[in-house]
Amino acid sequence: MDFGIDLPLLWAVIIGFGLMMYVIMDGFDLGIGILFPFVQDRTDRDTMVNTVAPVWDGNETWLVLGGAGLLAAFPIAYSIILSAMYLPIIAMLLGLILRGVAFEFRFKADEAHKPVWDKAFTGGSYIATFSQGVVLGSFINGFQIENHVYAGGAFDWLTPFAIFSGLGLIVAYALLGATWLILKTEGALLERMRELAKPIVLSLLATIAIVSMWTPLSHPEIATRWFSFPNIVFFSPVPILVVVAAGALLWAIARDTHATPFLLALALIFLGYSGLIISLWPHIVPPSISIWEAASPPQSLGFTLVGALFTIPFILFYTAWAYHVFRGKVKAGEGYH
Amino acid sequence: MIMTASALSAFELARIQFAFTVSFHIIFPAVTIGLGTYLVVLEGMWLWTNDTVYRDLYHFWSKVFAINFGMGVVSGLVMAYEFGTNWSGFTSFAGGVTGPLLTYEVLTAFFLEAGFLGVMLFGWDKVGPGLHFFATIMVSLGTLLSANWILASNSWMQTPAGFEVIDGRVVPVDWLKVIFNPSFPYRLAHMVVASQLAVALFVGASAAWHLLKGRSSPTIRTMFSMAMWLILVLAPIQIFIGDQHGLNTLKYQPAKIAAIEGHWQNEPGKSVPLILFGWPDMKAETTRYALEIPELGSLVLTHSFNGHIPGLKEFPPQDRPNSTIVFWTFRIMVGLGLLMVALGFWSLWLRWKERLYSSDYFLRFALLMGPAGLLAILAGWFTTEIGRQPWVVYGVLRTQDAVSNHSVLALSISLVAFVVVYFAVFGTGVGYLLNVVKQGPDDGGGPQPDPDKDPHLRPARPLSAVSDKIDEPNLPVT
Ligand code: HDD
Ligand code: HEM
Ligand code: HEM
Repeated sequence: MDFGIDLPLLWAVIIGFGLMMYVIMDGFDLGIGILFPFVQDRTDRDTMVNTVAPVWDGNETWLVLGGAGLLAAFPIAYSIILSAMYLPIIAMLLGLILRGVAFEFRFKADEAHKPVWDKAFTGGSYIATFSQGVVLGSFINGFQIENHVYAGGAFDWLTPFAIFSGLGLIVAYALLGATWLILKTEGALLERMRELAKPIVLSLLATIAIVSMWTPLSHPEIATRWFSFPNIVFFSPVPILVVVAAGALLWAIARDTHATPFLLALALIFLGYSGLIISLWPHIVPPSISIWEAASPPQSLGFTLVGALFTIPFILFYTAWAYHVFRGKVKAGEGYH
Repeated sequence: MIMTASALSAFELARIQFAFTVSFHIIFPAVTIGLGTYLVVLEGMWLWTNDTVYRDLYHFWSKVFAINFGMGVVSGLVMAYEFGTNWSGFTSFAGGVTGPLLTYEVLTAFFLEAGFLGVMLFGWDKVGPGLHFFATIMVSLGTLLSANWILASNSWMQTPAGFEVIDGRVVPVDWLKVIFNPSFPYRLAHMVVASQLAVALFVGASAAWHLLKGRSSPTIRTMFSMAMWLILVLAPIQIFIGDQHGLNTLKYQPAKIAAIEGHWQNEPGKSVPLILFGWPDMKAETTRYALEIPELGSLVLTHSFNGHIPGLKEFPPQDRPNSTIVFWTFRIMVGLGLLMVALGFWSLWLRWKERLYSSDYFLRFALLMGPAGLLAILAGWFTTEIGRQPWVVYGVLRTQDAVSNHSVLALSISLVAFVVVYFAVFGTGVGYLLNVVKQGPDDGGGPQPDPDKDPHLRPARPLSAVSDKIDEPNLPVT
């Protein structure tokens, strides 16, 4: 089956797209859990959860698609990354379970048990996010591989950089959550979110700056990628745009109480994501295995591609429709429109 | 293969962990598949007859569906990732086949379920009856598609076909042969019928419980009657499918059948007995305390009086599955299946005598049989999966070469975490579900509560279709 196209490349784009959908969409609903400790009022917390309730379930399906797509298209990458990241992945799954059921149980519990499920909701969100950040950081650090098999230990992921990126992702999701709530809520809760969003933007900017220095310093190949000529000319818009977007975001938080802050937060996350791709391309298992080496046989790639190209447009259509149905501000104690 | 003691236990821990998480998971999908179909029937009957009993039953069982579905999703998420975390040898070797099948499952089944679930659970007053019925059908179709893809994948691991091994990994050459591999049609039919039976038994038992409490309303009687009809029809069909499935397994996995039957040595040309009960001893290579019926083995397994089936001694010791376990799990499944047939025929007889809703003994039996379907499903899967050992892809890849290279420490931490979280979370959820069933359709059924009056009812979260409180005193929550 030769389609005359670069199947592994196409699949890298599809999986990259799926993971970005996941980060954006599950990012803001994990962000709600992350912001819980900063909002004590019960009604406000209910409103926060209500803003994402209709969509979180579908959001998580993108994570399943990312996993299954990686398994189908790059089985070697899937097996190496997941076994290297064993403990963080398990922690992430358990965090998602806790959060997923707490979503529901916290509304159903009697007064005595509500705080328990609130804690499970917050705890699950922090655990899942931190673990995802650790996976990301370890991914940038690269894996110890022999003969296409993970050759490191169970705790190799425990590095300062990975811990830092775990914390960094918490900040990033908190920003998505806060700006989402600026879009979806009003009154005191909205004001609280505007108050919180400012320091979050500044911390995120600091995080991005630290990561941007830490990575090239510890990975010479990444330094060469960014700082050699002519790359530096092509890539310089990325950091410049980051600064511009962050400035605009601070400005918008102070003025706009609708969509602008959220859209700018998405732009910021998207830029960070592009920076990551620039640093690592074309490796799917850094530092050495490229997308072409890890790819499935063309028979597998081609067969799955047909299904993906046919169904993804429909899926995007449902998703847009669901968001459309639940558009508009959610008022306290009121649920949905 | 020589292994050190600690490698052995890491390997076993990985298997225990997979068996634990998948055994929890399969309970929820089985109920989702069965209830999905039941809901389609109920809504169809409501639209057709305009009898409010069907509408009330629809609303009631869709609450149970919602809770169960939520737990199915989060437990399933774990399964998809476990292939990579625990079985990296398997994924890098066979990912070219199992990955695309799983991806198709996500693209066609999971997104279909997610897309229409909201309308199905919350759209009763928001969309027209036709569109609502369509949503119910789509969700149910999603559950069946899901079973279809995942069972294609599992059946391919049992009876691999349509592939070549090139450069040390599987390359699919004919996708139709991969999907429609020799055991797939049997396994799909057996599993889908098993799910319907399991739900019929569960629905029947919950009705029996209310009838025993003296609550004999039209809704309760309708649900009891529907369940008993279904069991009467499906239980014998399931035995027929199971028998055909067994013939297929004898052809492709003879060692599994030898282990299931507890046969060690069968001489060609002579008929083989059927061992009803006994204790297969793997070390002594014999089945102790065997209670046998001569010739019946040949008849059941080959459908002829002196047909031959191989004994376990015809396979080298390292290729033999554990007969002690599969001998018994198989008998549990078949025993429960025979009890289901008995339940079905007893119900027919009582129907004829017009005592279906009043015979105490019968109602107690129906109540006891409530979990039988789910137990038979677990027993069946244990037979299938343990009987496949020591292979993960039958005859192609050994389980030992499939496992990731984790330390005992890492696996112990994760196993303990799974056990604690699963029992706490799913224990609470199942307790909640049983609580809803206990309240019965006459309480919570009827037109759905008005979401505008109570904000907690409104969201499209699966579980929020249920308005009742959990943490009632009899729940395992602390
Ligand atoms: C015979 C049916 C069947 C079997 C054997 C399995 N599943 Fe399952 N699974 C379903 C039938 C199902 C379902 C009916 O489609 C579920 C249950 C509830 C639900 O929401 O979908 C589901 C949910 C579900 C989900 C969550 C989907 C979502 O996000 O909506 C995942 C990722 C998996 N499963 C993956 C697996 C894996 C990797 C399995 C193999 C070990 C597995 N399932 C066995
Ligand atoms: C849903 C019902 C299922 C149940 C209850 C079940 C049960 C089990 C059990 C008990 C084992 C351990 C066997 C042993 O190690 O002795 C096992 C192993 C395994 N099963 Fe299943 N299984 C199910 C479905 C599936 C499906 C659908 C797949 C694949 C698509 C699958 C793939 C595997 C794999 C990869 C292993 C690990 C390797 C092995 O031990 O063979 N299982 N399963
Ligand atoms: C009473 C007669 C029955 C017979 C003869 C029978 C036969 C079989 C056989 C031979 C297998 C193993 C197939 C293999 O591994 O290759 C199997 C598996 C299984 N059985 Fe049954 N069965 C019966 C009843 C039931 C009932 C009543 C249920 C559930 C309600 C059930 C559920 C299952 C499941 C879930 C599996 C594992 C999946 C599969 O391999 O299809 N069985 N059965």
